[in-house]
Amino acid sequence: MIQTDILIIGAGPCGLFTVFEAGLLKLRCHLIDALPQAGGQCSEIYPKKPIYDIPAYPSILAGDLVDKLMEQAEPFKPGFTLGERAERIEKDDEDQFVLTTNRGTVHRAPVIAIAGGLGCFEPRKPPIHNLAQFEDHGVEYIIKDPEFYRDKKVVISGGGDSALDWTIFLADGVASEVTLVHRRTGFRGHLDSVQKVMDLAEQGKVKLLTNAEVVGTEGQGSLETLTVNHKEQGEMVLETDHWVPLFGLSPKLGPIADWNLNIGKNSIEVDTFDYSTNVPGIYAIGDINTYPGKLKLILCGFHEATLMVQSAFKRIYPDKNLVLKYTTVNGVAGF
Amino acid sequence: MSMIKVTVVDREGVAHELDAPTDMGMNMMELCKSAELPVEGTCGGMAMCASCHMYVTSDHVLPEKSDDEEDMLDEAFHVNDESRLGCQIHLADALEGLVVKLAPVG
Repeated sequence: MIQTDILIIGAGPCGLFTVFEAGLLKLRCHLIDALPQAGGQCSEIYPKKPIYDIPAYPSILAGDLVDKLMEQAEPFKPGFTLGERAERIEKDDEDQFVLTTNRGTVHRAPVIAIAGGLGCFEPRKPPIHNLAQFEDHGVEYIIKDPEFYRDKKVVISGGGDSALDWTIFLADGVASEVTLVHRRTGFRGHLDSVQKVMDLAEQGKVKLLTNAEVVGTEGQGSLETLTVNHKEQGEMVLETDHWVPLFGLSPKLGPIADWNLNIGKNSIEVDTFDYSTNVPGIYAIGDINTYPGKLKLILCGFHEATLMVQSAFKRIYPDKNLVLKYTTVNGVAGF
Repeated sequence: MSMIKVTVVDREGVAHELDAPTDMGMNMMELCKSAELPVEGTCGGMAMCASCHMYVTSDHVLPEKSDDEEDMLDEAFHVNDESRLGCQIHLADALEGLVVKLAPVG
């Protein structure tokens, strides 16, 4: 079990800055994020985009901002549970929260700070009515172990790098048959990956179906066939063992919605005094919270994090007085 | 302020006629959000999430889709020839009378 002072859900800019501000008050932090890397949207969606409204940075790339925040947090030795989704919260008999992830990792802390941004990033699922019944019975949204597909018939959908890369990989003597289905003729992956897939298609190692999309899944128990709608040729049926739809990730509020927090407009309602939620000990900061006048800006999240840790400190040490210390006077003393 | 009228048909089929300023650098995603219509605009308008997918149903001729927009539409569903990302439709006087329909969420 991982014990800490402030358990931060979401390792985006707001969560990372919380580590720094908490560290100044000698509070330790541990971050949980569903993505395999820190940085949240900044790393996942737009690492190469410049941000112009971070104070003192006329322009900074989102990815660089994350690197800087990691550097700033480093003296306070944050812990990370990455690639796992915060699933369940319970209270133990010492008034501490016990949080379990979807993979069963257990964390314990007196304070939880939800800095979950837009929620957790989950694979985008095609709108096919009976799709759920084939999940893990032939339909997978993420390829975890390519060996799983050895000597199987596989259909991949999508037009980005992951669709192209897995097509190339599985066609190289792993799967018995690989079909790539894409809605248009153009692909957006790296040019050499696109060329490679075209070459494989010409050699007959990949079946390429462009201007087409999968519109139906059929099978008894597990997936047996897919119905594909082709722009010119109309509907056709493909026999397959697996279908891997790769349409990127989109954020969902996820399990947080079931934690008895007051939710409004898909966000967690907080008191702007200290960004506390209706559950004592649980705070919400950054894009995931809402209050009158809320602006979803990174710089506002930083402000919220700073005020929040003051309140968290008082909750953890009700008898201690807190004095604001300027970093210019005392420097930064890490752990 | 320069204004045009545009119509947004929501997912229940209700038409909302909106006054849209053309001199504030706004796009259709932002216009829908400011009118509290159910458009996510997750990425904030960078053509990086496809959560503002809508159909242009009037016969206005819009600027061609950029590669970025076309790429993101690859990650959306229910895409057809009328599909656009709202964040890439910049409000301009030429769009007077524009009609769009919000695409299903998914």
